[in-house]
Amino acid sequence: MAKVPVQFTLNGSEKAEFVDGGTTLLNALRDKIGDTSPKGGCHQGTCGACSVIVDGELRLSCLTLAETCNGATITTTSGLAEGGVLHPLQRAFLDTFASQCGFCTPGMIMAAKVLLDHTPNPSRDEVVEALSGNICRCTGYEPIIQAVLTAARANSQNAA
Amino acid sequence: MALALQTFTTVKDANAALTAAGSRYLGGGTLVVRAANEGDISVATLVRATDPALSTIALSGGKVRIGASATMAEIALHPELGTLAKAARAVGGPAIRNMATVGGNLFAPSPYGDFAVALLALDATVGTDDGDTPIETFLAGRDNSRAIVTSVSFMLPRAGSFRFLKVSRVKPKGVSVLSIAIVLEQAGNGTVSSARIALGCMADRPVRARAAENALLGKTLDQDGIAAALAAATEGTAPITDPIASAWYRAEVLPVHLGRLLLG
Amino acid sequence: MELRKSYFADVRKDDLHEIGQARPRSDSPGHVTGKTTFFADRNFPGMLHLKMVRSPHHHARIRSIDTSEAEKHPGVVKVLTAKDVPHNVYTILILIQIGPEDETVLADGKVRWKGEAVVAVLAETERAAQEAAAKVKVDYEVLPAVFDMEEALKPGAPIVNEYHGQNYYLYDSGECRKVRFGDVEAGFAEADHVLEQSYQSSPIEHAPTETTGCVVAPEGNDRFTCYTNTQAMFFTLDNTSIILQMPGSKLHFVGGTVGGGFGGKVDVIVEPIAILGAKLTGRPVCFIYSREEEMQISSPRAAEKVVIKDGVMKDGRIVARKVTGYTDAGAYSRHSPYGAQKGAGHYPGPYTIPNVWIDTYCVYTNRTPSSAMRGFGVTIGDFALEVQMDKLARLIAMDPLEFRFINAYRDGDMKAHRQPTEGAALIECMQEAARAANWPVAEKYMAMSSYKKGA
Repeated sequence: MAKVPVQFTLNGSEKAEFVDGGTTLLNALRDKIGDTSPKGGCHQGTCGACSVIVDGELRLSCLTLAETCNGATITTTSGLAEGGVLHPLQRAFLDTFASQCGFCTPGMIMAAKVLLDHTPNPSRDEVVEALSGNICRCTGYEPIIQAVLTAARANSQNAA
Repeated sequence: MALALQTFTTVKDANAALTAAGSRYLGGGTLVVRAANEGDISVATLVRATDPALSTIALSGGKVRIGASATMAEIALHPELGTLAKAARAVGGPAIRNMATVGGNLFAPSPYGDFAVALLALDATVGTDDGDTPIETFLAGRDNSRAIVTSVSFMLPRAGSFRFLKVSRVKPKGVSVLSIAIVLEQAGNGTVSSARIALGCMADRPVRARAAENALLGKTLDQDGIAAALAAATEGTAPITDPIASAWYRAEVLPVHLGRLLLG
Repeated sequence: MELRKSYFADVRKDDLHEIGQARPRSDSPGHVTGKTTFFADRNFPGMLHLKMVRSPHHHARIRSIDTSEAEKHPGVVKVLTAKDVPHNVYTILILIQIGPEDETVLADGKVRWKGEAVVAVLAETERAAQEAAAKVKVDYEVLPAVFDMEEALKPGAPIVNEYHGQNYYLYDSGECRKVRFGDVEAGFAEADHVLEQSYQSSPIEHAPTETTGCVVAPEGNDRFTCYTNTQAMFFTLDNTSIILQMPGSKLHFVGGTVGGGFGGKVDVIVEPIAILGAKLTGRPVCFIYSREEEMQISSPRAAEKVVIKDGVMKDGRIVARKVTGYTDAGAYSRHSPYGAQKGAGHYPGPYTIPNVWIDTYCVYTNRTPSSAMRGFGVTIGDFALEVQMDKLARLIAMDPLEFRFINAYRDGDMKAHRQPTEGAALIECMQEAARAANWPVAEKYMAMSSYKKGA
């Protein structure tokens, strides 16, 4: 079976792999590169559990072909903590009990990170809109919204 | 047969590749990769074209030309397309809007394809290398369409003349119960001089509500004026039944939402 | 959070240091860093993908199955049919002696619901498994199907499941689970008003974000490690042991991390066939439901119909309650005979009623087998009972909350199934609810207690 090369920067380090043609970014990350933080919940673009950041934009890795990401810069939730110190969003998700089963959490954090990267002090409505493509079935939306708002406040206090 | 992706610079070469059996065009991936993921083994070769012209949005003389690869997010954020932002934002969540293309939306089966509903009301023209096709003709024949869509073009509606509504049970993002787009012109005395109404989910693809359009002509936008249009709203429709709503429900609530959009 | 310690202060030690405190969860650091290992996060070299060929019919006889083309498909390693499964006919509650065995791992001679597993295909890639599955030829003779519980119970209805022989579960008490307490007809005769209403619900899917599945690795010593998201580890291990006729010591189940369950991951569906695949190929196997399978194939909460007839006095006392409950098991038992039985015990509700008659039926139809989901057997019943309570209160022009105080069970009351009530707290809950909702309730009810004087 024909293999195709894929090469991109993942969480600051260079990755190169051969994958089967038509392999999704989700499967390449999970099965080939070993970053299992993006989750496959639906493989149809509905649940958001596979969300990753590609060149600064939120993407669904289940519907993105790995080959189309050659040369891209990709961020996943597993790459957020630096030197063992949690990212403010991770800290806030922890402190506000914003994850229950945890399956949607990495995708939620990605969607929240893109929001805060562009809008450091979002309104509640902006948070709800930013998370609208991510499903939490344990129905923890309220603590998740609070986590994002908490992280935004922590960021602005650190910046001040 | 394993899945494979073929990338071409030009639309011409990509069109040639699409003559092969089992080939499908890859836009943003939200339809065709989804189909492959769900086990649609008729999808074997994915073909894409990377010509930057496919992603440009150009305005001149009131006419808009949107490259077929432009995403919903790009349209929603475009400074001169503010009128259409609501319709572009109606598609998916933020990640989907970063991926879903205007060209792909023309092929999205109900209950998807909300932006195509807006394009139908705008009386857009769909461009391929074979030439331009009126959107209504294009949508009717889309199942057999092979040539890659390169652009959609339309006259930018005057501010206030374009109205759009997506009805969904989950907010802010949910699959459509139905969607409605209207381009409406009024005479100096307030009566309707022209109306184009397009409906989503009221058939397997976007459809015009011609009977309602005709019933609005010469009428004022008040309860009495729109009554005949609402009564005729479902004429010629064949609403879909899916887990979101039954055909019966969609037909029942269409006049309610159409009324709100006309009076709002 | 406020901990109201005034209730039951005399029967409880005042040493609750943890309750009411927010404590960090031990699993959260893993969740927020993406390090938590769900079953599908395990990947083994040479792992095979299992795809199921499913019945397109609600009810059909299988004339023949031809897997020859599928077996020849590139990438296919093994194709499994009923004859490959050592103990193909099973039922999960057999572990607590609730039989008969009534369900096939892979369909044998007949399919009883649309989506039933017929043939399992194991291939090098998911794609190859999907393509080969499309090449399996099954010749069906479509049979009449029944989808409505009342239709299924009528004489002459198509028999859904021959292992039962009739379209209801046969309890030791007969065609339904029965509760008889007092004289319900005398109660109706005595009542000022009698109200009979019927309530029904549709199946409900749990829709966990992580779909049902497992990854199985042969350990090379005839032992198999199964990474699974089952909510019922040992229950699944024991049933797998029966189905595969393998001692439990050969099975090592690893789980506990579940991406949402809600009762939907207790049915022992993916593990036995995946372990069998690993055993017969010597290769690791993953069997993960697609989103469509999760929504259409995994058991939902049962559809229920509940008919409630109540006799009520003008002063607010319910003097008689007769309930007939129907639980739609779908084509197979799974947990539904237990769910229907739970309903029988629950139906009088948390109210003390002197005359009670309960019949609950577990009915078989050609629908997706239903099973456990958050309070199954009770939840739909509570919906019906509490709507009925509101209707009764309206009938006698009484405040609906005061009406419930009058009928609330209290310690020492005999319940219809003859368990004396103990540890009741309904009255105290309603008192707190009335305060929280600012719902005016007469002082005498706010002074009530679940304790009875002399009880």
